[in-house]
Parts: sequence; structure tokens; C-alpha cells
Amino acid sequence: MAGHSAQLDAKTLWGGKESPFQTSYGKLMMWFFLVSDALTFSGLLISYGFTRHNTQDAWPIGEETFNSMPFLGHGYPLLYVALMTFILIVSSVTMVLAVEAGHRMDRKGVTKWMIATVIGGFFFLGSQAWEWSHFIHGSEFGKIELADGSVAIVKGHFGEIENFTVVEAGTKHKAGAVIKEDLMHQYQHAAEMGHLEAGKIHLTDGSVALINKAADHEMKLIIKKSGKQFQVGGKEITGKEAEKLYYESLYAGEKNRVIYGANMKQNEYGPQQYAQFFFFITGFHGFHVFSGVVINILILLGVLRGTYHKRGHYEMVEKTGLYWHFVDLVWVFVFTFFYLL
Amino acid sequence: MERDDLIEYSLHGHHNEAKGKEIRSKIYKVTLLLTIVTVIEVFIGASIKQSSDWWTAVKIIFILLTLLKAGYIVMVFMHLGDERKYLRNVILVPYFIFVLYLIFIALVEGTAIGSVWATMWQ
Repeated sequence: MAGHSAQLDAKTLWGGKESPFQTSYGKLMMWFFLVSDALTFSGLLISYGFTRHNTQDAWPIGEETFNSMPFLGHGYPLLYVALMTFILIVSSVTMVLAVEAGHRMDRKGVTKWMIATVIGGFFFLGSQAWEWSHFIHGSEFGKIELADGSVAIVKGHFGEIENFTVVEAGTKHKAGAVIKEDLMHQYQHAAEMGHLEAGKIHLTDGSVALINKAADHEMKLIIKKSGKQFQVGGKEITGKEAEKLYYESLYAGEKNRVIYGANMKQNEYGPQQYAQFFFFITGFHGFHVFSGVVINILILLGVLRGTYHKRGHYEMVEKTGLYWHFVDLVWVFVFTFFYLL
Repeated sequence: MERDDLIEYSLHGHHNEAKGKEIRSKIYKVTLLLTIVTVIEVFIGASIKQSSDWWTAVKIIFILLTLLKAGYIVMVFMHLGDERKYLRNVILVPYFIFVLYLIFIALVEGTAIGSVWATMWQ
């Protein structure tokens, strides 16, 4: 061994001067943080998979749950989420362009691309707010429990409610009054409470009104929980038969036969845990995006003040860039496991 | 107190305009690729139903495409491909060991618990 040790000089043994990773302290720590944060997200997505595998009820399908577009209504499966994914990828690209400009000490370029990144971040947050709002409010038909005990989600075009004409007076409305405001909200509330009967609604003040509503079109029931008559994965129930079954339940006068939207206890899409995971995973990711936008704005201010230019390098932009790309990376996984599979 | 024996690694990333042009063209190519992959995913997701016989194959395709996208984001956008081999391994190897194991154990256990519950409540 004596002869061997002659070759081991300070350079071979790494005398402590150089970093073994050839990376600065800040960047390395950012990577370590991302490793731990990625483990958190892995844990969340894996627990989602665990729950999905042990749940008996049919799990919601992404293309059935998320098929709406702002201003266009529904019938656009997954397009909106794809758009959100695209927005986040583009803002990731503008970020990497800012980092590249920083490597050339191009202050103008960094400023331009950082501004674009911040705008992309706001667009994504706005999209997510819309998606949450849409998810919480739910569809116009809701999820219905049919007479045989099976549970179905409902697709199709809901005929618009024009007004309610009061026929029996209550404490607030007089007989013959025509109510034109807040119709959908009152209708859904009455439906949940079991206060609807064929063509009539019992309002909260005790009055009874006729519902003046256009006909529904192309109604379709998709069974999500098997009952005595209808099974999950059985034949699709459409048209007149679907309408008959749907309204039979809606007019049954029982509480909670229909569920609209989602909250922490129940949702119209599937098992209770589905909405809980939706809120937690997309919420936790959205919080990361929000922090990312705030950090990007702070760094942008630093760029505008020339702090990094004076320092001689734009490594701060690179470090926030790592975080921002990580947020994009997580969304790629959330997109696949929550929306596609 | 300034120390002159420290190496400023932050400057290692600097490059000139010609190299920058090369890097930018690579970034645009990766952007195009990620967009195309997302479009393909949405197209498959919207056109093939979960009840279809092809669904298992579609699932595997989705996971492979996701890993492809993730790989490009990490290696190109996050520049992990340009870092040292040891740093790359320190970051990636934990996932190949722990996360793959966790996925395996969680899904197997989940299915087992599901089948127990299915018999318990009938």
C-alpha cells in the first residue's frame, strides 16, 4: 500500500477546495429542497392511487368530469386541462429562456422573459380558480339516486328555467307573483331538500310555484353505483327513458336524492375521497404555483434594480427557474394521474 | 472578509451568443415536443373509453409519455443533464428505489384491502 499512497495527492482526495458536484451552494440547496418536495407530491399521488384501488364505487372518469370550457359550455372533454398544461409548459419555456439570457448577461432579455413567466403564472392560477369554481358548483343535473338504489351521473342539455309563477302564497311571495331571480339556485336547493314535485316547486318561504322550464335535450344517465335494476357498465340509458327515471327521483319528495357540485362531504362525481383528493392535490400544487409567482415577481424586481447584474451573474434567476420548472413537472404528473387515467 | 480561495461556480454557466443560439434552438425543439405529446395524450384520453379493451395499453402509453415529458423537463429545462453525474444520481436514484417501491406496495395493498372490503360488506 505504501507505493500506492504516493499517487494520492490533495487533488485526488478532494482537499475541500472544490465542490464535488461543481455546483454553487445555493443551487445545490434548491435541488435538495426540490427532492424533498417531490417526495411529498409522490406521497400524495401514491395515496390517491391506494384509495382508488381499494374503493368499491366506480371512480370518476376525467373526460366525463372535466368537459367544460369557459364561455363555450360543455362537450369539450379534457380540453381545458390540456390548455392549463400548455400554459404552464409555455411559462416554463419562458423561464428557461430567461435563464439562458442570464447566462449571456443580457439584462433586457432576462427582464422580458421573466415578465412573460409571471404572466403565464397568473394565467394558470386564474384557470385553476375557474376550474375549482366549476367543480364546486357542479352541473345543472347533478348526480341522482334512482328508484332501484343505483346512482347515476347525468349528461345532456338542461332546459333553461324561465320563471316561477306562485300559485299558493307564502310569507314572502303573493299568489300570482312571477319570480325571475336566482332561479337555478332555488331550484337546486329545493331539489336537494326534496321540495320538487311534477312541475311545482315549494319555496323556502312556504309558497308553492309552477316551474316554467324548457325541455331537456339528449339526456343520458351513466350508472356509477349498481342497484337492483341498473348495473355499472351496463347499457346506457338515454332519451325519454332517462328523463322518466331522472324526474321520478327528483320529484320523489325525498331529501338528498340528488347531489350538485362538490364539497368535503359529498360530490356529484364519485366517492367522497375523490373530491377530497382533488382539493388537496390540485390545491397544494396551486399553492406552489402561487408561491412561485410571488418568488418570480421578487426576482424580477431584483433584475429590474440591477442587483444581479452588479453581482456578475444571474444565478438567482436560475434557482427560481429550478423551482418554477419543478411546479410544471408536478403538474405533468397530476395531469396524467388525476385527469387522464 | 473576501476569500480568494473559493471557486465561483455561478459563473460556470456563462456562454457566448453563438452557444446561446444553439441552446435556444434546443429549447424550442423541446417545447414543440412537449406540446405534441400533450395533444396526443388529450386526443387518446378523449377518444378511447375506459371500458374499451385497449384501456390497459392506453394506461401504459400515458405513463410512458408522462415519463418522457418529465425527462425532458428535468434534463433540458432544469439543466440536470448538464450537471455532474454524481449530482444527477443523488437526485434521481432515490426515486427509482423508494418511489417505485412505494407505488408497488401501495397499489398491491390497495387492491387487497379493496377485495377484503368487498366481501365484508355484502
